[in-house]
Amino acid sequence: MPQITYREALNQALAEEMERDESVFLMGEEVAEYDGAYKVSKGLLDRFGDRRVVDSPISELGFAGLGVGAAMTGLRPVIEFMTFNFSILALDQVINSAAKLYYMSGGQFSIPMVFRGPTGAALQLSAQHSQACETWYVHSPGIKLVTPGTPADAKGLLKAAIRDDDPVAFMEGELLYNLKGEVPDPDDGDFVIPLGVADVKREGSHVSIITHGKMVHVALQAANQLAKDGVEAEVVDLRSLRPLDVEAILRSVHKTNRAVYLEEGWPYAGIGAQIVATIQEEAFDYLDAPVLRVTQADVPMPYAKNLEKLAKPDAKRVVAACNRVLYRD
Amino acid sequence: MAETTTEQDPRLETFSREQLHDFLRQMLLFRRFEEKAEESYAIGKIGGFCHLHIGQEAVALGFIGPLRDDDYVISAYREHTQALAKGLEPGPVMAELYGRRSGVSGGKGGSMHLFDRDLRFMGGHGIVGAQTALATGMGWAIHYRGGDQVCVCFMGDAAVNQGAFHESLNMAAIWKLPVIFVVENNEYGMGTAFSRVSAVPVLEKGEGYGIPTHSVDGQDILETWRFTEELVAKVREGAGPQYVEARTYRFKGHSMSDPVSGTYRSKEEVKERTKEQDPITLLRNRLLEAELLTQDELEEMDERVRAQVDEAADFADDAPFPPEEDLYRDVYAETNEHGRLFLDGRDR
Repeated sequence: MPQITYREALNQALAEEMERDESVFLMGEEVAEYDGAYKVSKGLLDRFGDRRVVDSPISELGFAGLGVGAAMTGLRPVIEFMTFNFSILALDQVINSAAKLYYMSGGQFSIPMVFRGPTGAALQLSAQHSQACETWYVHSPGIKLVTPGTPADAKGLLKAAIRDDDPVAFMEGELLYNLKGEVPDPDDGDFVIPLGVADVKREGSHVSIITHGKMVHVALQAANQLAKDGVEAEVVDLRSLRPLDVEAILRSVHKTNRAVYLEEGWPYAGIGAQIVATIQEEAFDYLDAPVLRVTQADVPMPYAKNLEKLAKPDAKRVVAACNRVLYRD
Repeated sequence: MAETTTEQDPRLETFSREQLHDFLRQMLLFRRFEEKAEESYAIGKIGGFCHLHIGQEAVALGFIGPLRDDDYVISAYREHTQALAKGLEPGPVMAELYGRRSGVSGGKGGSMHLFDRDLRFMGGHGIVGAQTALATGMGWAIHYRGGDQVCVCFMGDAAVNQGAFHESLNMAAIWKLPVIFVVENNEYGMGTAFSRVSAVPVLEKGEGYGIPTHSVDGQDILETWRFTEELVAKVREGAGPQYVEARTYRFKGHSMSDPVSGTYRSKEEVKERTKEQDPITLLRNRLLEAELLTQDELEEMDERVRAQVDEAADFADDAPFPPEEDLYRDVYAETNEHGRLFLDGRDR
């Protein structure tokens, strides 16, 4: 299987879906002439022209709404946010329009569109450019949320998201774009991963580390460290948070009886809160310890290198949390 | 009588008698519909917010009537009469206000969220100014597909202070999208006079984007209709987006739960403006004076319209409430195959 980067995988997915369906177009800041702020859309302007690969003004609310309006007529917009940090400006259109139109029109207007871009922190970008935006999106019924952590997942899930008839927020990782991984060759057929199917990235029987997105790699690091100590951690990558593969979570918890949720975002009403609630409601009797969460510190992201490091979740903290639920500390 | 002109309006000759009667009939229908909604609200058949369009009928009719069926119309939450003007039936619109399954949005939307996909009535939106961005998307879609449709986007004057409005005008201009932004300037955003929240008049709010701006008398159906016909023809031929101020006046309170007058506008002002600027009275008097309408015809017309509205209210009254299983229906368009999409109320 060819090794390509996460960035190339996304680019392939976009190109293949645009080739496949004339109603798909890409719009956002710097996506066309500049080839994308993170070069995800490299070459697409040359290939598809400026009707289908469109540079927008810096108007997140406006072009998000434009995408929703176009989707109401049956087009399939892919709206790129340079980062999801900037999409906070667009949340009115995401939540009040995209997520609600199908319901409040009594099922008349589906919104087949994708909002995509990186979420979470990179390095020393400080408070306004380093936040995990998952919770703000996943909170609202009517929208789907996908968080691929590997090149293969990025490709297969983006293709599924573009084909989906509902609005999908597709959150990438700024620090993942250069990550290489095996992705099936396009010549070997259409590679699509359905939404709502978690992937066990590492099997284990002592404790479940459940996570999503970029944190998959932190979870794997932690699992490797635990393994040196004789602890076999299972890493469950949810891949999408709506739909949520509850069965996969429960399966893992039934097996290990202990779980830690790892996420990049804040703990307060975060993704982990939902997962913990789900586990205690549906697998309480299987638990041998309270479910713990490893998250960003409950503060805006600081700039100073040492403070930033303290604020971010890391493998060391995951190992500590696993040891606590194993009563090994 | 509001007007005492002795000379006949020369524009009357440019419309057929049938057309003029139809203008009057439709505006009367809008008026009686809203009066019925007011009545039904008062006795609790309609809940929530209910914003009446009384006084602004010539804007709805004039800007929608000349459109083709495949043109798009989108609006804010004061949209009952615009829905009727786009061809939605009074019965299902009233049923939506009553929160019934037979309503145009299945009872899920209510007064502020009327939709009809087939008739290209695109809603019914509750966040001030948000619909301008959606309209820009519809204009984008027309442009993308190479069609010659237009999108007419209504908003109140308060919307021109929203960011979405300015972002939308800018995008519509750079891509020359076929969107006609119509600001119904009724002078008040809820209870705040426009002049108190903007340093420049409504018309100037559309300037600075390279879009032609226009101002029309929104109380004069002959003007709004003819203006729209001409403007739409230009937009179909590629003139790009347009910004129109329709000068009008809201005869009622902001919504049914708000006072018609009070701290923000005087009773005298409302009395005078409703007397002088009623679009229905203005047309009626013109037609009577020009002997294009008889008193008998007028009475018969009004009677028919009232019967139509009564029928709509009866339809709404008789329509069933949405069944309980509708609560969890239409949250997502796709049938969910994997994972849990939302907490759909099932016990787990």
